Amino acid sequence: MAEPGAGPKIWVFVEQDGGRAHPVSWELLGAATGLAEQLAGGVVEAVLLGHAVQAIVPEAFAYGADRVYCSDDPLLAHYRNLPYAIGVSQLVQAHQPEIFLVGATHLGRDLASSIATRVRTGLTADCTELSIDPQLKILAATRPTFGGNLMATILCRQRRPQMATVRPRVLPLPERQPGRVGELVRAELGLREADMPVRLLGFEPAAGGADIEYADVIVAGGRGVGGPEGFARLAELAEALGGVVGASRPVVDAGWIGYEHQVGQTGKTVRPKLYLAAGISGAVQHRVGMSGADFILAINRDPEAPIFQVADLGIVGDVAEVVPELIRQLRARTAGAQGGSHA
Amino acid sequence: MHTIVAIKQVPDTSNVRINPETGTLIREGVPAIINPYDVHAVELAVRLKERFGGRVTAITMGPAAAAEALVECVEQGVDRGILISDRKFAAADTLATSYVLGSAIEALNAEDPVDLLLFGLQAIDGDTAQVGPGVATRLGLPLISYALGLESFDPVARRAVVRRKAERGVERLETRLPALLTVEKEVAEVARAPLPNLIRAARYQPELWTAEAPLRFDPDHIGIKGSPTIVGRAYTPPPKTPGERLRVAEQGLAETVSQALAAILSAGVVESLGPVPVTPQQEVSHG
Ligand SMILES: Cc1cc2nc3c(=O)[nH]c(=O)nc-3n(C[C@H](O)[C@H](O)[C@H](O)COP(=O)(O)OP(=O)(O)OC[C@H]3O[C@@H](n4cnc5c(N)ncnc54)[C@H](O)[C@@H]3O)c2cc1C
Ligand SMILES: Nc1ncnc2c1ncn2[C@@H]1O[C@H](COP(=O)(O)O)[C@@H](O)[C@H]1O
Repeated sequence: MAEPGAGPKIWVFVEQDGGRAHPVSWELLGAATGLAEQLAGGVVEAVLLGHAVQAIVPEAFAYGADRVYCSDDPLLAHYRNLPYAIGVSQLVQAHQPEIFLVGATHLGRDLASSIATRVRTGLTADCTELSIDPQLKILAATRPTFGGNLMATILCRQRRPQMATVRPRVLPLPERQPGRVGELVRAELGLREADMPVRLLGFEPAAGGADIEYADVIVAGGRGVGGPEGFARLAELAEALGGVVGASRPVVDAGWIGYEHQVGQTGKTVRPKLYLAAGISGAVQHRVGMSGADFILAINRDPEAPIFQVADLGIVGDVAEVVPELIRQLRARTAGAQGGSHA
Repeated sequence: MHTIVAIKQVPDTSNVRINPETGTLIREGVPAIINPYDVHAVELAVRLKERFGGRVTAITMGPAAAAEALVECVEQGVDRGILISDRKFAAADTLATSYVLGSAIEALNAEDPVDLLLFGLQAIDGDTAQVGPGVATRLGLPLISYALGLESFDPVARRAVVRRKAERGVERLETRLPALLTVEKEVAEVARAPLPNLIRAARYQPELWTAEAPLRFDPDHIGIKGSPTIVGRAYTPPPKTPGERLRVAEQGLAETVSQALAAILSAGVVESLGPVPVTPQQEVSHG
């Protein structure tokens, strides 16, 4: 049996933006810890690139990293494909990880495919489940394919590292262990601005800034909501429930609400405690993004709508009637509770 | 100016069904379409040709039937279509695919220098979004993925400014040309094909490239041999047992909604449906 810490390296890319780590990084550290336990002497290592990112290092330890490779460079302040891809690939070649996990965010998908191509290895995109194949002792990376109609488990037998991207919110957040320590390795990547073909001229933050990925309550609407006015009412309902608004793709395409609200295969994966689906048929491309919710309440006037197959509770009825009634009853409760607190 | 667009023919996954016994795809009756993102990539290329002149080449690696997809590209305004097709390419993963497309693009670039490469954001059969970045990396070209549109494009100064959809907003990126973009649908609205294109497409025959001619692809880098990943197992996700269905028509509106709220409460998925902050002022008053 190998010494602890001397075995295969399980790597996680720590995604950050302006010094704030993306929580998917911690979800991946949780998964990496589980994988390392199944591989003799496996160690969990994190890769962190950016500028003024020191504060993230102890967080990476707290979420399970045994070692952090950190490159802090003004050139890395904003993500760009080339410096990140060159830098991380160098580290991969120098340290030879066995497995390398990256968040399936816009940044992560852009970066991971470039790294995999540079080091000529296999990359499995948008995984929903990671495990170690008990016989082969290699990564078994499971992902939905053909629009979520089929699940496929992908193996990378020979090349290393075995790479996978995983969407945010698919894996649980591990418990944070404050005070947990590890080793910090500072990495000099030798990058030069003059070699970079792309320059960031500006950034416009998404309007509304809806952060549906990490919301506990999502009130989502589809074509059955009828139009932008219907969405205004959903926003009221979301507010009454302390949640945010989600949407199906056609309503985003129709411009009833911004793309950052879209749930599903080409939108976001969400895992709220409550997902209320109003006037959404429940096409497989929508379901893959929301079926992990703890509780799904569907409102649809068609009793045969596929959304009812994944709903914990269904209301067969008209959205235009049910949503206002939900708001009314919630407000009545709020008013009642307020009255009560004065008594 | 010369633009190359990589397109893929895919089954229309919104119509795909799975045989529940075998867990395999039922392909019969599933129409093959051009990957929806790629149609927008072609459109952008055609728009740029209208403005700056030059040529648009569409390439695809796929089965013989994918020739149809290239003919549709010619209808849309593409000048030349190349089908890279050979049994030896079968079962390629994204690494092998990016090798083949990258090598083909290098050869085309030697004939007629390329200013811009356009790929779809992702193909809807696999949704990997890996092939475009893979090709850019192989060719050593700047990559901008999730491109939403061109703010400026200057083939003479060889510079472009591209809007890119990032996690929390939109980036404005300046790149030198040639560059490779993977595009979102917003990049160009698809217009109806003009009649002369339709006439030309009616008799257009795409060029066929095999594994040996006109290029010799390295047999170690194509097909199964060139693909580090393999599918170990494929299965249909197990169905969930659906929950109860309350019917407004039977129970009345107020009663149905009240039962649903009670169910949400007892499931413990919201803190409480009691005092919820409806407006910021009320939040303060709850202190
Ligand atoms: C490659 C690909 C990727 C895709 N990605 C996504 C994705 O990420 N997210 C996504 O959502 N979709 C995605 N789609 C689209 C998906 O296939 C469906 O078309 C879409 O989810 C349907 O949206 P919808 O439920 O709002 O509309 P519809 O399917 O039109 O359903 C509307 C529903 O509302 C009900 N209804 C209508 N009026 C009322 C009323 N007054 N009261 C109550 N109910 C009412 C109807 O019975 C119906 O069930 C994708 C498709 C493809 C091909
Ligand atoms: N076999 C192929 N032939 C040509 N282009 C492809 C092929 N596979 C993928 N592409 C291109 O790469 C994009 C992303 O595909 P993918 O990485 O498979 O999601 C597609 O939108 C196409 O532009």
